Amino acid sequence: MRETIMEFLVLILSASLINNVVLSQFLGLCPFLGVSKRIDTALGMGGACIFVMTLSSLVCSTIYWFVLKPFDLGYLQTIVFILVVAMLVQFVEMILKKYMVSLYKALGVYLPLITTNCAVLGVALNNVTNNYTIEGSTVCGFSTAAGFTIAIVILAGLREKMEYNDIPESFKGMPLVLLTSGLMAIAFTGFSALK
Amino acid sequence: MSKEIKKGALGLEQDSPAERFFNGLIAENPTLVLMIGMCPTLAVTSSAMNGLGMGLATTFVLALSNAVISALRKIIPATVRIPSFIVVIASFVTLVQLLMQAYVPSLNKALGVYIPLIVVNCIIFGRAEAYASKHGIVPSFFDGVGMGIGFTCAITVIGLFRELIGAGTAFNIQILGSDTIFTGAVGRYLSRYQPISIFVQQAGAFFVLAFLIAAMNKMKSNVSKKETK
Repeated sequence: MRETIMEFLVLILSASLINNVVLSQFLGLCPFLGVSKRIDTALGMGGACIFVMTLSSLVCSTIYWFVLKPFDLGYLQTIVFILVVAMLVQFVEMILKKYMVSLYKALGVYLPLITTNCAVLGVALNNVTNNYTIEGSTVCGFSTAAGFTIAIVILAGLREKMEYNDIPESFKGMPLVLLTSGLMAIAFTGFSALK
Repeated sequence: MSKEIKKGALGLEQDSPAERFFNGLIAENPTLVLMIGMCPTLAVTSSAMNGLGMGLATTFVLALSNAVISALRKIIPATVRIPSFIVVIASFVTLVQLLMQAYVPSLNKALGVYIPLIVVNCIIFGRAEAYASKHGIVPSFFDGVGMGIGFTCAITVIGLFRELIGAGTAFNIQILGSDTIFTGAVGRYLSRYQPISIFVQQAGAFFVLAFLIAAMNKMKSNVSKKETK
C-alpha cells in the first residue's frame, strides 16, 4: 500500500511540475496563450481542464484496457480517443447545465474550448504509451491538468502586472507573452532536479 | 453572362491550383501570417529535420483530408459536420502514423506523441471548415498542399535557426563549433563558435518565436507607415 502511494506521489510531482504540460511538453498552448489575460478567467479555464482531463483520462484508459487492448485494436487509439474527448466535453456540458448550474456558470464558455486543447488528447495518448493502469492514468490526468492550471495562473498574474508597462511597439501582445513563457520555462526546468 | 476572372493571391486566378498553392505558402501562411497551429510549431522545432518531418506529415494529412472532405461536402449534414471531419482527419493521421512507424521509425520516435496530435492541429480543422467544405475537390486538394508546404517551410526554418544557434548543426551536419566540417581559414573562424544550448531547449522555442513575431510586427508597421505617407 505504502509503495503505491509513493508511486502516485512521484507521478503527481512529475506530471504537474517536472514535465509541466505547457512549459516542457508544449501541449495546450492555444488556451495557455489565449485565455491568460486575467487571473479569474485563467482559473476558470484551469478548473474546466482539471475536470475534463481527469474524466477523459479515466474513460480513455478504461476503453483502452477493456476494449482496444484485448481485441488488439491499439492502432485505432487516435480515432477512438479524439471521439471520446469530443463526446465527453459535450456530455459534461449537458450534465452540468442540467444538474450543477452553479458549476456550469463558473466554467461557462471554457468547456467547449477544451475540445481544441491538445493537452487532453496528449495526456490520454501518453497514458497508453507509458502503460499506466486505470488508476495511474486518472492520477496522471488530474496532476497534468493541475500543472496546466499552475502555469496558466502564474502567466495570467504576470500579464496583469505587465499590462501598463512601457515596452517597444513591436513586442506588444504575443511576443511579450511568449518571452514571459520562455522565462517561466527556464524557471520550471529547475524542478527537473527533483527527479 | 460574361465570365470575369476573379483575382486571388499574387494576381493569379481565384481558386486555381497555383493560386491556392501560393496562397497557402505566402499570402496566408498558417504559421507566420494566420498564427494557427502553434503547438507543433514550438514543440518539434528543436532541429530542422524534425520540423521537416512534422511538416511533411501534416501536409499529407491536410491535402488528403481536404480532398475527402470536399468530396463528401454534399453528403455530410451540417449538424454533424464537426464529428465527421474529425473522423476523416483522424483516419488519415492513423495512416500517417502507421506508415511512419514502418518506414521512418527514428523520426517517428523523435516526434512521438505529436504525430497523433496532428488530429487537433487547428490548421487542418480550420481549412476543412473554412475552405474544403465549400469548394471543389481539386482546389481543396491544392489548398491543403499549399497550406501544408507553407507550414513545413515555416517550421523547418525555425528548426534550422534553433539547431544552428543551439547546437551548431544544420540537418545534423556540424557547421559551427569545434567539430565543424569546414577546414582552413573558414573552419578556424567557425570553430570559435560556442553553441548556446538554451535555444534547443524548451525556453528557446518561446524566445525564437517571440522575436520572429516581433520582427513581423515591425515589418508590418513599417509597411503601413509607408502607405500613410
